[in-house]
Amino acid sequence: MAYSEKVIDHYTNPRNVGTLNKDNKNVGTGLVGAPECGDVMRLQIEVDENNMITDAKFKTFGCGSAIASSSLATEWLKGKSIDEALAIDNMDLVEELALPPVKIHCSVLAEDAIKSAINDYRVKNGMEALELPKSHH
Amino acid sequence: MELPIYLDNNATTPLDPRVLEAMLPYFTNKFGNAASRNHAFGWVAEEGVDYAREQVAKLIGCTEKEIIFTSGATEADNLAIKGVFEMYADKGNHIITATTEHKAVLDTCKHLEKQGARVTYLNVKEDGLIDLAELEAAMTPETILVTIMYGNNEIGVIQPIKEISAIAHKHGALFFTDATQAVGKIPVDVNADGIDLMAFSAHKMYGPKGVGALYVRRKNPRVKVTSQMDGGGHERGMRSGTLNVPGIVGLGKACELCRLEMDEEAKRLSALRDKLESALTQLEESYVNGNVQHRLPHVANISFKYVEGEGLMMAMKDLAVSSGSACTSASLEPSYVLKSLGLSDDLAHSSIRFGLGRFTTEEEVDYAIENTKKAVNHLRDLSPLWEMFKEGIDLSKIEWAEH
Repeated sequence: MAYSEKVIDHYTNPRNVGTLNKDNKNVGTGLVGAPECGDVMRLQIEVDENNMITDAKFKTFGCGSAIASSSLATEWLKGKSIDEALAIDNMDLVEELALPPVKIHCSVLAEDAIKSAINDYRVKNGMEALELPKSHH
Repeated sequence: MELPIYLDNNATTPLDPRVLEAMLPYFTNKFGNAASRNHAFGWVAEEGVDYAREQVAKLIGCTEKEIIFTSGATEADNLAIKGVFEMYADKGNHIITATTEHKAVLDTCKHLEKQGARVTYLNVKEDGLIDLAELEAAMTPETILVTIMYGNNEIGVIQPIKEISAIAHKHGALFFTDATQAVGKIPVDVNADGIDLMAFSAHKMYGPKGVGALYVRRKNPRVKVTSQMDGGGHERGMRSGTLNVPGIVGLGKACELCRLEMDEEAKRLSALRDKLESALTQLEESYVNGNVQHRLPHVANISFKYVEGEGLMMAMKDLAVSSGSACTSASLEPSYVLKSLGLSDDLAHSSIRFGLGRFTTEEEVDYAIENTKKAVNHLRDLSPLWEMFKEGIDLSKIEWAEH
């Protein structure tokens, strides 16, 4: 199966690869997946005092679609408020990257990573943790 | 040098132009049915088949009458295992095989289990070889067949065939081997090796797809298999169906070329493979899978820890290789062969198989080394696991969110 141009673009020139200091209070970190399953994503957000996401970084162990999903997610996160970011749906990533059905789980993992990073930030900053629906892959 | 570079010769090999040349007349003016006994068109086709049968027999050290042409190794595997199970039903119902066999063997065994067969699946040691003592212990008076592959398709390890056949025979069982990856690559002699039945295929040795053969021993002992297809009784009644004359002629020519060029080719390929392997294992945290003494000359299977195989292959876009990782929602399971060696799932996900071949050049191998190194480093720069490893974090202590 051939990859879409957008997947290849994000895979070849991944945006926002890197690491933020997870100990900083204004940084939220989401680490999802498992090495045995062949994909692990770490997604981090840096949030300002108005709850706006000013920076996002990722590192991913996984196939090209998993890398592209997390790369695209970091692009979309920047400039959004943490509430707006919660609205990012995995199917939006699927559509933008033209992921085939067998790769939908990569987008689900990216959505999980976003929510998990936001939750980490919320808890660190005295907000209530959100009830996240258990992912279904 | 043309890109991409083909390094997946265990999946299939390109057709040797000399083989194509031998085949071409049988598509056009020599189109006859080899079973037509009453005219020249049939005779010419039959001559082509007879000559191919000699070429094949010569490569594996048997007589022409012991070769049954099939559509490939999968059909030959099915014919051998199902055919022996049915033919020797009076003697017993027990079959012994190994967990690292090709699916064509494993699934055939599973099919027979539903029909009353008892199958023992031997585990392999961490180098991929079976334990002869375990084989010996598994033999029973009801054991009719031992089926163990010659060379493994994923890691290239060569099983101790002589020892295995001796154990099978000592207990009155037949020995069948799927030798698809070995025939034409290393010397295989059915008498010296004690083989009773053997499957192999043309397209793994620079012949065409869609043709293979089953060797069936005629003497000491005389082996019989029940046919799995009803029809005109071709191939001594064991495999009906009009013979694929151009394909068979191609298989014959491919066998002849392998017989003549094998020694030199194996030497050249193992030197290139060693070059590739020693360069790539200089990368930190990379490991060769399978026994390195007893293996086919052209295969290297290497795990690059902390990168995922499918993602890695995407970065090696100028190289056609294969990975033990399959990242699809249908199957997140990595290679069952690598898991049988006791590799953890994450190492199995990180594996790449390089399969060199007759047309692989040193220039291509050099390119592959540089391309692979770059790809591994690129992916490790992106890998959270690599970063954690570098920070000294023990990944096995982390509670991963299983999915």
